[in-house]
Amino acid sequence: MRYSGLQVIKQALTGHKGWKPAWRDPEPKPNYDIIIIGGGGHGLATAYYLAKEFGQKRIAVLEKGWIGGGNVGRNTTIIRSNYLLDGNEPFYEFSLKLWEGLEQDFNYNAMISQRGILNLIHSDAQRDAFIRRGNAMLLNGADAEMLTTEQIKARYPYLNTEDARFPIKGGLAQHRGGTVRHDAVAWGYARGADKLGVDIIQNCEVTGFRQENGRCVGVETSRGYIGAGKIGCAVAGSSSRLMSKVDMRLPMESHVLQAFVSEGLKPVMPGVVTFGAGHFYCSQSDKGGLVFGGDLDGYNSYAQRGNLPVVEDVCEGGMAIFPAFGRARLLRMWGGIMDMSMDGSPIIDRTPIDGLYFNGGWCYGGFKATPASGFCFAHLLARDEPHPTATAYRFNRFETGHMIDEKGMGNQPNLH
Amino acid sequence: MIIEHPLLGPRDSSEFTYMGDAKLIDRPDPEAETAARDFYEYGYLRDNPAGWHDELWFHEQGDRSWLVVTRNTLTHEISKVELARDVARARGRSK
Amino acid sequence: MTQKNRLSGGQIDPNETFSFKFDGKSYQGHKGDTLASALLANGVRLMGRSFKYHRPRGVLTAGSEEPNALVELRTGARQEPNTRATTAELFDGLVAKSQNRLGSLRFDAMAINDRFSNFLTAGFYYKTFMWPKAFWEKVYEPIIRKAAGLGSLSLEDDPDVYDKGFLHCDLLIIGSGPAGLSAALTAGRSGAQVILADEDFRMGGRLNSETHEIGGTSGAQWAAATMAELSALPNVRIMTRTTVIGAFDHGIYGAVERVSDHLATPEAGKPRQILWRIYTKHTVLAAGATERPIAFENNDRPGIMLASAMRTYANRFAVTADQRVAIFTNNDDGHRTAADLHAKGVKIAAVVDVRADAPSSMDYEVLHGEVVNTKGRLGLSFAEVKLADGSTRTLEAGALGVSGGWNPNVHMTCHQRGRPTWNSDLAAFVPGADLPMGMVVAGAANGDLSTHGALLGGAQAAKSLLGIKGRLPKLPETEDAPVNVTPFWYVEGASRAWIDQQNDVTVKDVKLSHQEGFRSVEHLKRYTTLGMATDQGKTSNMGGLAIMAELAGKTIPEVGTTIFRPPYTPTAIGVLAGRHTGQDFHPKRLTPSHKWAEERGAVFVEVGNWLRAQWFPIAGETHWRESVDREVLATRKSVGVCDVTTLGKVDVQGPDAAQFLNMVYCNGFAKLAVGKTRYGLMLREDGIAMDDGTAARLAEDHFVVTTTTANALPVYRHMEFVRQCLAPDMDVQLISTTEAWAQYAVAGPNARKLLEKIVDVDISNDAFPFMACANITICGGLRARLFRISFSGELAYEIAVPTAYGDALMRKIMEVGEEFNITPYGTEALGVMRIEKGHAAGNELNGTTTAANLGMGHMVSSLKDSIGKVLSQRDGLNADGDLRQVGIKPVDPADPVPAGAHLMNADGPVDATHDQGYATSACYSPNLGHSIAIGFLKNGSERMGERMRLVSPLTGVETEVEIVSAHFIDPDGERLRA
Repeated sequence: MRYSGLQVIKQALTGHKGWKPAWRDPEPKPNYDIIIIGGGGHGLATAYYLAKEFGQKRIAVLEKGWIGGGNVGRNTTIIRSNYLLDGNEPFYEFSLKLWEGLEQDFNYNAMISQRGILNLIHSDAQRDAFIRRGNAMLLNGADAEMLTTEQIKARYPYLNTEDARFPIKGGLAQHRGGTVRHDAVAWGYARGADKLGVDIIQNCEVTGFRQENGRCVGVETSRGYIGAGKIGCAVAGSSSRLMSKVDMRLPMESHVLQAFVSEGLKPVMPGVVTFGAGHFYCSQSDKGGLVFGGDLDGYNSYAQRGNLPVVEDVCEGGMAIFPAFGRARLLRMWGGIMDMSMDGSPIIDRTPIDGLYFNGGWCYGGFKATPASGFCFAHLLARDEPHPTATAYRFNRFETGHMIDEKGMGNQPNLH
Repeated sequence: MIIEHPLLGPRDSSEFTYMGDAKLIDRPDPEAETAARDFYEYGYLRDNPAGWHDELWFHEQGDRSWLVVTRNTLTHEISKVELARDVARARGRSK
Repeated sequence: MTQKNRLSGGQIDPNETFSFKFDGKSYQGHKGDTLASALLANGVRLMGRSFKYHRPRGVLTAGSEEPNALVELRTGARQEPNTRATTAELFDGLVAKSQNRLGSLRFDAMAINDRFSNFLTAGFYYKTFMWPKAFWEKVYEPIIRKAAGLGSLSLEDDPDVYDKGFLHCDLLIIGSGPAGLSAALTAGRSGAQVILADEDFRMGGRLNSETHEIGGTSGAQWAAATMAELSALPNVRIMTRTTVIGAFDHGIYGAVERVSDHLATPEAGKPRQILWRIYTKHTVLAAGATERPIAFENNDRPGIMLASAMRTYANRFAVTADQRVAIFTNNDDGHRTAADLHAKGVKIAAVVDVRADAPSSMDYEVLHGEVVNTKGRLGLSFAEVKLADGSTRTLEAGALGVSGGWNPNVHMTCHQRGRPTWNSDLAAFVPGADLPMGMVVAGAANGDLSTHGALLGGAQAAKSLLGIKGRLPKLPETEDAPVNVTPFWYVEGASRAWIDQQNDVTVKDVKLSHQEGFRSVEHLKRYTTLGMATDQGKTSNMGGLAIMAELAGKTIPEVGTTIFRPPYTPTAIGVLAGRHTGQDFHPKRLTPSHKWAEERGAVFVEVGNWLRAQWFPIAGETHWRESVDREVLATRKSVGVCDVTTLGKVDVQGPDAAQFLNMVYCNGFAKLAVGKTRYGLMLREDGIAMDDGTAARLAEDHFVVTTTTANALPVYRHMEFVRQCLAPDMDVQLISTTEAWAQYAVAGPNARKLLEKIVDVDISNDAFPFMACANITICGGLRARLFRISFSGELAYEIAVPTAYGDALMRKIMEVGEEFNITPYGTEALGVMRIEKGHAAGNELNGTTTAANLGMGHMVSSLKDSIGKVLSQRDGLNADGDLRQVGIKPVDPADPVPAGAHLMNADGPVDATHDQGYATSACYSPNLGHSIAIGFLKNGSERMGERMRLVSPLTGVETEVEIVSAHFIDPDGERLRA
């Protein structure tokens, strides 16, 4: 069934009886050509593009719980491509371009809203770094604009420019950045993939990999053994846990990142603002909630929850630039588990085991990367070679010294 | 979280700075034939367990000792705290 | 009086009358009222509008679980959107306004949405608004965003102050109902340190709302007497108006005390709220239970509320929503409401009970049946009842109390990912086994819904947690009625029957969610927005779960719950930030010369948390560049002084000090002579440059190491890591002395002459050559350290004295420097001079550059082990064509060379694939008379003299440049050795 305004009206007039499940609930088949482990944004996008762009058939997505239950369902919904380094910027710009046509492509309104992202500048050194970054974006075909404090003030008149501990000295804007209704991304990809014949199998946990002659030939699951020609893992947050089943140690740690939403408020924030002298970023959803976040809690964790010090730190950052938010109330906080990699950049690569492929290490960057990650992983799975924008995301880059370290923090994951 | 400092008693975790897996104590021998590979694995690969984890915390706003904290990454429960220097000695880092 | 629905009794003070305004109209209420109870007393049932359909709404509850009666409280900068009228304590002069309406509350133009509700079902927006593509951001979304949100922020800075505090106790008791009070008595009498916290402004929980007796007195009186006893115990801290918002790791709880929210404005010097971090060994969770509604057609009209809320309004606030009330229940509790209201003289239209075996009453009619629909435009007028025999009745009533059973408030038991378990007797979730450390649950929160059960549970919890010996004292006599509930969630056939009233989620939406495959409880929540409103589903989640379970053919526990997350109730962002606002966001670190610099009119700049003098303007200077150029020229011509205290300083002492530095620096220190200083480059273990500085050997076993300002902390931490974890038996000690020494750079051709007037030792070039260092005395005996090191490239010294003498030394330097026209210079001039010399700083040491990139590859000693040595040898860090630090100068001296601009070949495309490098630091060089920059260029050291383009499309600059040595001034270093 194709979704449209007309369809909504037709269904409303006929008692909504015609709406079908957005995706089927199939039983797993004994084997598939390609199995994707992980029914999050990246896994579902991979399956979608495998079927749609790379002509692959007999694909399954295995999800241990409910689809979209990982980080695609718990993030601050920001999309942007304001990266600096060669290994990253073309990939994230590719992702942003995919976002721009996504809803029409998969026939689902994910409320992709390019209301812009603004990185505030507070020091001359920061300005130099942002100019370098903005230039790198432009040279890569992305958009970027340097804004003066006055221009920023016109857009956010309640920003603290009078009594700020760290005065605002301008900002780097990417007007094509913005936000997306995060759950709808998972659902849109799931529905799109399902329509193309992909089996989306929920409540199916992978408990092990079966190898024959050095090749991975299938997975043991909570719903029995399933064979596969190729297997792609896209379980960011749990990557180390899954890959330990084939005795792989990964260049990453799992960390909790908390995020927050306020009660619904009449809109005051047109776009996304990030505070460069503290740890705070904020946007406002189409429902009216201020969606905001900050730094990692900072210690290894799989607990999907955090602690008060970071909650306070984030709110301090918020109050530092938006003193009018003091009387807004924080409604809910949650924690997602990040695959924090050793250089802050992801991995999309083959593993040393034939037939087994890996996608993970997304750090904070996973949500915005969803379309390109799916596309590039599908490319790798289908053609056995990396997509041109993802050639740098290799496992061996740490051994060879080709790190992609945007923040320059080195091999300490919690600093990225 | 509260970290039971072996010398200073229970302290709020915000007095500390976290570094990571306590295996970072086991710096490889730079003279070994396999040094390049050893240092790569030491520097970059982690067990990253979902469960008990020996990890390094620095008492930045305290006595500036490095501690090895045994903590469960699923529940955040802490079962043991030792001075990293003692652990390092026990692991043969004394010269 | 106009309080037409005011009853007698209650715990309000009828002698103290407050005036207040709602939507511009004046009313009166009493001390002890909430805004909601006062409005009800005045016959106001309509208090708000729902989120999506803008349905008229009144109160559903009498507590913090309220979904409907949300108002903008106060005016001006203190306006608080989404404030629950049910918890807002009435004060004289209170002003509130209804919200989320277009027009007046009674005639809300947005209520048109309700007419189109059939098109606006759950998730409809995911299926439309996609064509034409450009319309989403230009047309559809702006319309949606116009309708978004509930209340408004004033957008003025919050004028109130918030505090934070820390508390420690043996036992934290959350909730002051019968279970909490019983626990507090038991624990308090044992002498333990107890904190008793309750979100309400009146302690006692539901004892204030019920009419049962305890030990022969009313529950409210017993609560008051108990509070009196507890207040007299020095070991018990009573915290009213304090919501425990979350259970965090290791017995740490967050709690928000609303110190001033019941006042028009906070008292002078008092905060509005305080965030407490409570560290407790044990916790009794006695958070009570929340009654749940039943869904039936049009169950959301003002006047329809929870039956327990009706009792609270009647018994505690002496208010009824109407003089004619009906009840709809599936359990005995609904009958209590009828009995209590009847006793207060309110007419009971009927009690409708779904149970065939419902208790009967002499005082009012009990009907076996279901409420199937209601009528009334802006408030309830009639309830339609379908009786068990198939006949129907229409009840005339202005209020309808609904009771669907009770849900224990298990939230806090789940904040650490514990899961509740299903109790089929109660038809409710109760706390599971996996509780936060040290927590026991008591009373209604634990599923013990009788008052006796609560008293017993609270006492036992305190006794077991604290290990109190002996038998419990006899508990006072009170009711111990069994729970008698028949699960009943929604009336069959109901469609527009509200589950989540605020977000307008109806039974139909839950059914649609199931139909479309959104069947997991999390999908249900996210697709329909069930439970995502400001009440977080406290009254709605169970209804949604029950319907989903029925549709899916599962049991409710099989469907499961969503995850309970903090905060327990919405919490002001202001209180979470505390006093860290405005200038107090971060502490300010001042240098010892700060006062002196201020007196000179210095302009300061934030460097991390430090404030450093950026430049020192003098009369007549109108632009910062004038000041900076003057400072640079004067320093290079004669002498200047600059405060460099902020550089990190680490004292390294012990027999193995040199060996230790050999380990942490990539270059060698073992052979450094006493009295000499050496530049040192530190690598991270991954081979990337971490920091640079100097190490001065003051004695065989004593070095003073400096770090950059920004890296003082991480470098010290790293050094301690190496010392304690990697070389535990090296005999060396470290101490950070950054703030213990004031340190000034004195630079320029006359630097020596100037210092000779201060120091007590011979500092001639022979006696104290370039890179010399020494412990000396100055001014006839003051101990000091002198280093002959230069960042500016001039003949220069850094002189350090204990911080206490910092101010005096600066003034002394200025005084004796007068004859040389000494010029104080700030960080800008410092920066210009270091760029002129090609010294790397933060912009170059950006965490991705290697020693080789910086042109210091030769420094990485191959003769010794050092941190970072092995990994620095990786191919990727030593590839042909790697970046090298270079100098960049404009071909036309008038052109700018901005930092952050990228280097491109003289010809060819300008894009990322042809990127050759970038400028890291730039300035105008007053000595050279044009702008200069340093930067990184591919294969840079081989490209001296090459013409290139420096492009910054972001700022619209493209400059033809020449690649030169980064040492713009005195490349041979003759000046600093002079």
